[in-house]
Amino acid sequence: MDAFVLAGRTFTSRLIVGTGKYPSNAVMVQAHDASGAEMVTVAVRRVNSSDRSRESMLDYIDRARYTLLPNTAGCYTADEAIRTARLAQEAGLSNWIKLEVIGDEKTLFPDNEALLEATRVLVKEGFVVLPYTTDDPVVCRKLEDAGAAAVMPLGAPIGSGLGIQNVNNLRIIREFARVPVIVDAGVGTASDAALAMELGADAVLMNTAIAGAGDPIAMARAMRLAVEAGRLAYRSGRIPRRMYATASSPVEGLVGR
Amino acid sequence: MHVPLRISLNGEAHELPSPVTIRALLDSVGIDSRKVAVERNLVVVRRAHYDTEVVNDGDEVEVVNFVGGG
Repeated sequence: MDAFVLAGRTFTSRLIVGTGKYPSNAVMVQAHDASGAEMVTVAVRRVNSSDRSRESMLDYIDRARYTLLPNTAGCYTADEAIRTARLAQEAGLSNWIKLEVIGDEKTLFPDNEALLEATRVLVKEGFVVLPYTTDDPVVCRKLEDAGAAAVMPLGAPIGSGLGIQNVNNLRIIREFARVPVIVDAGVGTASDAALAMELGADAVLMNTAIAGAGDPIAMARAMRLAVEAGRLAYRSGRIPRRMYATASSPVEGLVGR
Repeated sequence: MHVPLRISLNGEAHELPSPVTIRALLDSVGIDSRKVAVERNLVVVRRAHYDTEVVNDGDEVEVVNFVGGG
């Protein structure tokens, strides 16, 4: 597969995976391996005061193999997200941030206004900002203009598994964007990931679709194959859609005619 | 009479006998300083400054680490 370049870093894999909600850390490590991913997301939380023995997620991520992508999940204001990004930078010694500013608890849809504000501040501070956004081409363009290293439109609400809800918007986002487009959230199964890639997404980010599957390790492999298949199909120039049949076999030389 | 210092540690009230460094504070509550990030009064404390940055009365300290997420 062709290389994926993001903020000057080259990746072979176009699948980015999360570290949340796995049945166990052992399963997660195997699923990460099976996914072929080279970048994994983590969340930033207060150290649990009642259970300080709890391990850090860093204990389960081989940083020689995986690029760490901390998120600002759960932040509802630009200020919270900016604070969290700065803490993530110190904890992970990396300036890459998956920027989330949530605007609604039920849908976890982003607050794009606050997202833009936080993007501007963090870009100025030297962060590589990867903003999670709605599938809105105009918002994506504004984020790009604000200095985002990629745009990460949702396919569907986080954890919903509904698949790509607005195929046309993602196509338009891909057409407009001069930075990588990473479809983030909403994937339920392999065909959803393949579709995102067929639409021209540069990469797909997912967590629940793998972690919540009956067999996360097998699903991780399915997602790896789907992302590869989708990318290859996108680059191979699919045939146009036609209303009616066109025969694959010769129409001449039929027996008895 | 000795009055203890009151700080907020991850949103919870916490008492200290006297001003302490960030490193001493983390040690006193059993947190491994290599795996966390610390913020004091909304400003991140660089790891290199844990031995020199001092926590005082009324300070708000946040200690975070990485957990699973997407």
